[in-house]
Amino acid sequence: MNIAQFIGSINPVAASGAILALIGLWGVLTRPNLFKIAVAFSIMETGVNLLILSVGYIRGRTAPILDSAADAAAAVQKMTDPVPQALVLTAIVIGLAVTALMLSYAVRLRAAGGASSIESYGDEKW
Amino acid sequence: MIVDLAIAALGLFMAGAGIGAIKTKSILVSIILSGGVSLAASVVFLLMGAPDVAMTEAAIGSALTTVVFLYALARSRQADSETSDMPIDNPAKDSTIPPVDSSLGQTETGAAS
Amino acid sequence: MMRKILVALALAGFAWAFLPLVFEAGVIGEPGQLASSYLENSPKDFAAANVVTAIVVSYRGFDTLGEVAVLFAATAGVGSLLTKKRLGIAGEKIPMQNATEVLRTATRLLTGLLIMFGAYIFMHGHLTPGGGFQGGVVIATAVLLSLLSSPESHVAHGLMTAVESLSGASYVGLGLLGAFLAWGFLDPRALPLGRIGALLSAGAIPFIYSAIGLKVGAELSGILEALKGDRE
Repeated sequence: MNIAQFIGSINPVAASGAILALIGLWGVLTRPNLFKIAVAFSIMETGVNLLILSVGYIRGRTAPILDSAADAAAAVQKMTDPVPQALVLTAIVIGLAVTALMLSYAVRLRAAGGASSIESYGDEKW
Repeated sequence: MIVDLAIAALGLFMAGAGIGAIKTKSILVSIILSGGVSLAASVVFLLMGAPDVAMTEAAIGSALTTVVFLYALARSRQADSETSDMPIDNPAKDSTIPPVDSSLGQTETGAAS
Repeated sequence: MMRKILVALALAGFAWAFLPLVFEAGVIGEPGQLASSYLENSPKDFAAANVVTAIVVSYRGFDTLGEVAVLFAATAGVGSLLTKKRLGIAGEKIPMQNATEVLRTATRLLTGLLIMFGAYIFMHGHLTPGGGFQGGVVIATAVLLSLLSSPESHVAHGLMTAVESLSGASYVGLGLLGAFLAWGFLDPRALPLGRIGALLSAGAIPFIYSAIGLKVGAELSGILEALKGDRE
């Protein structure tokens, strides 16, 4: 299989989603600052949402919104998959809730006098 | 074909912005770059034929998440660099704009402060 | 050094797990059998033009109920963690900056328009792209603008709490109405389905989405106000 076929068989959305998820994971694992970890989590969530949605992407089709009941029969041939879109809708909202909770923990840790680097909380391990 | 090229270009922008957000030393720059990643992702969602998801990602990921990060940064009195631990006293005090006077209240007579 | 090797191994493992998705995903020709049945039956069963709304509210209604519950738990967590007493600023009054003239004027012009736009989005969720969550976020943006432009003013707590509780209760109430009058919990056929494309169509879907939109808006405003440091 030559190089053009190889490039043509990559799904661009899934590739960018996978790369973003890996970048976010690298950021979580290597950076010690609490706020940097929260930013990296947010990037990782965006990447994973792109990856989930890419499963339902069919090239050349349009959004799943019907105009009237008349063309519902022909609609199945022209629309993308609506189930991953419903899942990603839920995931984005929950991602915001988790980020807000993570950041409020960071704020409380700082207000109680702690440092903002995760290395200094080492003695709280069980 | 055009759509695939546009998605690939946006994917490159997202990867570059993501790497820049992790490698920079300033926390403010990384917050703004993560808002940029969300904005590019919402355009990718629109190009894939998912307008509901694009609206949600643009409103939540790009606007509200950035604001929540900035509020948390200000509330925790964190200085802008990645390695500093010192609480700066009050982020709002170190500027030349005078603080709010409680006698201003609701009298909006158009006089600039 | 050991740590770098472990991090590299973790990244390589995840990359190997993502590899089949990059090459195989999205090359399928047709939606699957479940998605095709949702696309075909949505105008017949519910008269909803937006198929994603029909899936989120009725076909997968329990997932949305769970999501609203998770959002409520996160808001309760943020609100109880960031009270003034726990942040240590109970007696001290932080001097805040004036908002500039541009911000104040723009807020006065835009707040009414934003609330109207948010209400439009969640009321038309079954006809156009949008729905409860997007409309709720736009309403929270309007509250954020008014928090930024007048830092001395406080959000009306009683109103926010009443809106959030009443809309959450009416969401469950509409679900129970579906259980008694139609085929199951959160079935929107309890109210009459209209003609597809009209505003008052799709049974109880616009009312359910309006309740979700108001609840999400009130909760996100609560999160923003707690992060600003105004919560007792």
